Amino acid sequence: MVLSKAASQSDVSVHSTFASRYVRHSLPRYKMSENSIPKEAAYQIINDELMLDGNPRLNLASFVTTWMEPECDRLVMTAINKNYVDMDEYPVTTELQNRCVNIIAHLFNAPLGDDETAVGVGTVGSSEAIMLAGLAFKRKWQNKMKELGKPHDKPNIVTGANVQVCWEKFARYFEVELKEVKLTEGYYVMDPDKAVEMVDENTICVAAILGSTLNGEFEDVKRLNDLLLEKNKQTGWDTPIHVDAASGGFIAPFLYPELEWDFRLPLVKSINVSGHKYGLVYAGIGWAIWRTKDDLPDELIFHINYLGSDQPTFTLNFSKGSSQIIAQYYQLIRLGYEGYRNIMENCQENAMVLKEGLEKTGRFTIVSKDHGVPLVAFSLKDNSRHNEFEISDMLRRYGWIVPAYTMPPDAQHITVLRVVIREDFSRTLAERLVLDIEKIMHELDTIPSRVTEKITTDEEHAVVVKKTALEVQREITDAWKKMVADHKKKTKGVC
Amino acid sequence: MVLSKTAGDADENLRCTFASRYACSSLPRLKIPEGSMPKEAAYQIVKDELMLDGNPRLNLASFVTTWMEPECDQLIMAAINKNYVDMDEYPVTTELQNRCVNIIAHLFHAPVGDDGTALGVGTVGSSEAIMLAGLAFKRKWQAKMKLMGKPFTNPNIVTGANVQVCWEKFGRYFDVELKEVKLREGYYTMDAGEAVELVDENTICVAAILGSTLTGEFEDVKLLNELLTKKNEETGWDTPIHVDAASGGFVAPFVYPDLEWDFRLPLVKSINVSGHKYGLVYAGVGWVVWRSHHDLPDDLVFHINYLGSDQPTFTLNFSKGSSQIIAQYYQFIRLGFEGYKSIMENCMQNAKILKEGIAKTGRFDIVSKDVGVPVVAFSLKDSTNYTVFQISESLRRFGWIVPAYTMPPNAEHVAVLRIVVREDFSHTLAERLISDMEKVVKEFDAMPPRAAVKEAHVTADDGKRSEKSVLEVQRDVFSYWRRISDKKSSGVC
Repeated sequence: MVLSKAASQSDVSVHSTFASRYVRHSLPRYKMSENSIPKEAAYQIINDELMLDGNPRLNLASFVTTWMEPECDRLVMTAINKNYVDMDEYPVTTELQNRCVNIIAHLFNAPLGDDETAVGVGTVGSSEAIMLAGLAFKRKWQNKMKELGKPHDKPNIVTGANVQVCWEKFARYFEVELKEVKLTEGYYVMDPDKAVEMVDENTICVAAILGSTLNGEFEDVKRLNDLLLEKNKQTGWDTPIHVDAASGGFIAPFLYPELEWDFRLPLVKSINVSGHKYGLVYAGIGWAIWRTKDDLPDELIFHINYLGSDQPTFTLNFSKGSSQIIAQYYQLIRLGYEGYRNIMENCQENAMVLKEGLEKTGRFTIVSKDHGVPLVAFSLKDNSRHNEFEISDMLRRYGWIVPAYTMPPDAQHITVLRVVIREDFSRTLAERLVLDIEKIMHELDTIPSRVTEKITTDEEHAVVVKKTALEVQREITDAWKKMVADHKKKTKGVC
Repeated sequence: MVLSKTAGDADENLRCTFASRYACSSLPRLKIPEGSMPKEAAYQIVKDELMLDGNPRLNLASFVTTWMEPECDQLIMAAINKNYVDMDEYPVTTELQNRCVNIIAHLFHAPVGDDGTALGVGTVGSSEAIMLAGLAFKRKWQAKMKLMGKPFTNPNIVTGANVQVCWEKFGRYFDVELKEVKLREGYYTMDAGEAVELVDENTICVAAILGSTLTGEFEDVKLLNELLTKKNEETGWDTPIHVDAASGGFVAPFVYPDLEWDFRLPLVKSINVSGHKYGLVYAGVGWVVWRSHHDLPDDLVFHINYLGSDQPTFTLNFSKGSSQIIAQYYQFIRLGFEGYKSIMENCMQNAKILKEGIAKTGRFDIVSKDVGVPVVAFSLKDSTNYTVFQISESLRRFGWIVPAYTMPPNAEHVAVLRIVVREDFSHTLAERLISDMEKVVKEFDAMPPRAAVKEAHVTADDGKRSEKSVLEVQRDVFSYWRRISDKKSSGVC
């Protein structure tokens, strides 16, 4: 009687993940595999590959929140299977959105009576919010022109060249012309005077930015309002203003409450803000607020009998998660006014620490202003030998992700590095970053610049250049960069 | 020397949440509160209020996934702070999206090779996907008309009246006319012949639905393709097809692999599918795939220098979470073809059991078909004494959320209840639902007919309080609550 089992028949489920065959086979990339694999293996494989992504908290390129309290994480996870759009099924979640809209509208001084409900909506981000606001302006303007018997096929928006890409998207996808006020060296936001000059009869709105992506500056919305009021009196065109407060909307009310940029200015008809930037919520939430019901044409709102009840909806997206809306409400009641103010003040102080540290090296010009969104944008005083892109590359070795980019026209010759100070960027991290940047400047000083390197490898001279360890390291880095760039080419055609 | 502290100074931090003052003050609704509150209190208060939301898993109204494996939940939470759009910072996450696009393209028989060059994008849902596909058709058509020197200001899409609301949104927001093929009683999808008849020179595409919202049916895309090919030969207009496979795209390949509805049909140029429906991922992910590069005009794709590197992008949304995309990839490799097939077969089986149980009560007509998405839609044979809307409300008492709604034109007189069978709706739950439905039906049968009920209300007004049954009071409370919750949501979308 044979009692033993053959060795190879041991139960596959007994194998630890890294002992199993699943880590020996290549993962399917472009086709679904025939068979299932154990969930532990699926988890481990994906988790491991994702280790090679950047660390979100060291991603100093982004304004978007990368840390929330564990209590909030619990709320987020509990709501992960709630489809926000099922308003009838989840009335409390819907009510929470309404409360957020009202809270934010009041924060922006919307002219509401005590019991009056604000007009606004939660979106997936400021892109969607801007498209909705733009649509409202476009439709209002078209209706006005139709009534006047004038042509309404060439709407335009006046904005600065520093505008975020979603405005250009809106323009291209919704067939509105973008009239951009060019920047100039040293002046990196929209000039209100030039903007008002560009306004014509077909302008559906002027878009001002509170917290320019490039250097964090607030545009002078008050001056824009005053100049535009005058022009409106002369022309009778009634051109309105939209404020893109994607980053600034949750900073100005707490740090600069006296700054008039919101509905206190009569021409401001709608505002968007990103809940996932200084609203302190994870990626996936924005807010669009209108001044009054009159600023949002009824015909854009859908009343649908979907899944059994009437649901009024003005969004581009339909199904989406509920977690971020609940998280936004959590933050608003958890922190309150004093909490948000404290956090913004901390960010501002840490930005100063970083700025002063950079100034002390003597190598950088600070391009950002102190007044605005807490970020530090800086460029090299002398970029003849090495440029800002090299610094950005080298910072990656330390784990920091600090982007470098050129300014829009007409200041394309200016390149900056930009560090965004978020809630979770403490003073300790700021000091460490300054240290690492100093290290990099020392390294770069010892490396010949790219231009001179070319000369030394000229064949005519047949000089063999002895490469230092550093040069070899740089070559490897360059090769790696090229590999990544080539790898990225594969993604061309897939957005 | 006074050593004692006054009672009122007792350390706020020592109090358990429900002993603290936060549990007896009203939560701010309209304005931001001045002060902060402890995180435990904020957590508890919000969590408690949310207890009054419906239970997502008992929400039988929705196709959208309400359960995933704990391992996947772990991946989701780990990625919750990753902004998907930072492609340069998170190259692996970006790569995972590309793989998903390719996997789906192959599933739909797109004519692509094995080198990862399928054309498509992850979106927040099918709404965004449809808008992108529609934009591509609109731009292509405009370019064509401009070349021919013809007017291009009145584009239209031909579709059925059973179309989901996002098509109407697309039409209204992007200035495209919607030419809808009307339904009729007994035929609740788009008639291919009538659709092709409606096609004219300004038609940018014909949109067919694989998995109608109302009854789960698949439209006959193959027939549409044949008829449209013929018409194109006559007219030379080259009108293309888009398939809205929001629910059906992850059902057909596994349950009906021989059904030709996808890129196997030459006129189909783009397809959208919801990852968060039968793709088995939580709400927040959809996919759109194009046949080839020719079907996506270049000038719609943005190449931007944002946050420091070149990022090609064709989406409406920009910043968004990465969790759902990672979860979608998890499902693809975790389940594989056999896994998806087994789950869909289970769903179909459970739908069948549900259908048979409902039919056995003898009160209902089954409106949904067996072939299609696992959905059971049914109407009352006799609505004189009570309606499907009342049944829907009564089922809520048991915890079930089963919606009732009227069909679109020209079948508005037909009202149905609809149950969607998702992955996490087991045989046991199906049996329980049937038994609860039988209870509800019995209750209604036992009630006096409507005329008598109306009289009861009249006598109440006269001052004579007629005794309302517990049920009637409950129903009144229910209607009152519904009216309140409806009011609150107007003015804010």
